[in-house]
Amino acid sequence: MSLPPDYLDYPNRKHGQDHDRYQWRIVGDRKKKSFSGGAALGVAVVVPLEYFMLNPSGTPFKHPGAMATPYPDLRHYTTRDYGNRVGAYRLLRAFEKAGAKATFAVNAVLLDRVRPLIDAIVGDGHEIAAHGYDTDSIHWGGVEAETEQRYVEKTRLAFEAAGLAPRTWMSPARQQSFNTPDLIADAGFDICLDWELDTVPVKMKTKSGTISAFPLLNELDDRFLLSTKNHDEASWRDQILEAADMTASEATRHGGQLFGFTMTPYLAGLPFRIWAVEEILSGLANRDDILVDTVSNLNDGLS
Amino acid sequence: MHADPNLYDYWPYKDRPKIEWPDGKKLAFWIAPNIEYYEFNPPVNPSRPGWPKPTPDVVGYSQRDWGNRIGHWRLMELLDKYEMRGSISLNVAMCDHCPEIIEACNERDWEFFSHGIYNTRYSYGFDEAQERAVLEDSINTVERATGKRIRGYLAPALTHTERTFDLIAEYDFWYTCDLFQDDQPQPIKTKSGKLISMPYSLEVNDVITYGAQAMTPWRYADVLKRHFDQLLREGEDSGTVMCIPLHAYLVSQPHRIRPFEDALKHITAHRDDVWITTGAEIAEYYRRHYWDQTLTDISGRGLARPGTGFDGGATAP
Repeated sequence: MSLPPDYLDYPNRKHGQDHDRYQWRIVGDRKKKSFSGGAALGVAVVVPLEYFMLNPSGTPFKHPGAMATPYPDLRHYTTRDYGNRVGAYRLLRAFEKAGAKATFAVNAVLLDRVRPLIDAIVGDGHEIAAHGYDTDSIHWGGVEAETEQRYVEKTRLAFEAAGLAPRTWMSPARQQSFNTPDLIADAGFDICLDWELDTVPVKMKTKSGTISAFPLLNELDDRFLLSTKNHDEASWRDQILEAADMTASEATRHGGQLFGFTMTPYLAGLPFRIWAVEEILSGLANRDDILVDTVSNLNDGLS
Repeated sequence: MHADPNLYDYWPYKDRPKIEWPDGKKLAFWIAPNIEYYEFNPPVNPSRPGWPKPTPDVVGYSQRDWGNRIGHWRLMELLDKYEMRGSISLNVAMCDHCPEIIEACNERDWEFFSHGIYNTRYSYGFDEAQERAVLEDSINTVERATGKRIRGYLAPALTHTERTFDLIAEYDFWYTCDLFQDDQPQPIKTKSGKLISMPYSLEVNDVITYGAQAMTPWRYADVLKRHFDQLLREGEDSGTVMCIPLHAYLVSQPHRIRPFEDALKHITAHRDDVWITTGAEIAEYYRRHYWDQTLTDISGRGLARPGTGFDGGATAP
């Protein structure tokens, strides 16, 4: 038993990427960029607002945080719902206290369900981004092209119906198909939070112009650190502040840089974690060389 | 199957009408020892075996037995020391297996609520008659053993059917601990009765914190204090509820019980602002004073949706 002979063919084995969405470029060859106020670093807090239905299909995989026990898994349904009812409001208060603007990435299906929360987010001057349709509408390599097209259209239409015109897209579970960049660019999104290849936004080619890849750090994902890996809150805080301090320290060599990290309402918004949220925000906001702002403001502000 | 249980309406945690607990207290605190019996050789429910490992799971079984023989008594003495009454989440077969525990708790005027018959018998696949039998058994068994009528329900091992909430409301239960969407109670949309969701603070349940979250004893105590401090602060705007759900086979372990005591010391130091009480007392007070206020606020915000839980009114969009 052996593999077919073409398993050892390497048609894309050449200098640079094995796809043509963007060009290979090492950090040393990058032209220095800067923020208008001269900040060394821009940091975006991304708050995913997700709808976890009781009856997900789980295709092609269960979204992180989805139902785990046999139907009706009210335990996971309600602990996730806590985030959208209670936790998100705690985060809003913490942002207000720190004077920080954040980006809320919203499953389209939530726009009607949690309308008061959407109004509060918009009222406080935060950015609303699209986070796909819901946690069961996963964009992936095996999805039918028409199905994925419909996910994107339904999402755009739901935001339009809610009177919102988001520019920034984050896919459910940050999963994409090979077509996703084309589809979301065609639907009018010009910033994407799924690709984290650099420390500055990178223009990606699509069939409908370019889209900006804004780095959201998977290794600082709060669901990963706090839930999957059981790090404590002090360590979570320290890792984010260390990432910010380290990246800011590179400014003289590499110019202004940026990154985003998540605060998930059903985790970060729990009563026993809010102290750490506040210390992260004040630790960032109290530094003159760090800008805490929305994804789209930072994306546009670094030139 | 439903996407949305429609058991309660969306109610944003902002500008809610004020709840004030008795004597102007800001936080209603209750402590819920789960007193459980896991059968040595339970029947297999098709949706989930009684034990995750092949039976007999002698380590799992005997650790839980230790919880009833040793751990419970450690925990009860600790609650005595801090003048706290437990609200017991009870596998009611404990009334038959370990009546000494039930008597000792009853003497202390602790509350009993149902956590099913055994923690190794799940609700998955129940027909209505079977689920009614479990509820009637729960009510009658505890009444025989203690003279008290149970008013709360936590489904065994957090397993439910679509009927669970309508049934417990019909049997005049006052509160369910099965819904974790809030730090304040909320009326549940049932066909009859007057049922509220009682915050049971699953995220600080010792099964979660020592199990999935793998906390050390000292971290758990720190988490409890911080959880308490935050909810007490927020309780100034409108009264909040905190529960510590416990299992003696976990929290009473020799390396854990003294760090846990630190959390109780911290909480009881705030007695002036904290109503240290039982689940049924919170439910009774809330139903009397705040049931209407909450529903009026929700409908005034235009957030009341029609129908009751799992009635077909809220399927997938």
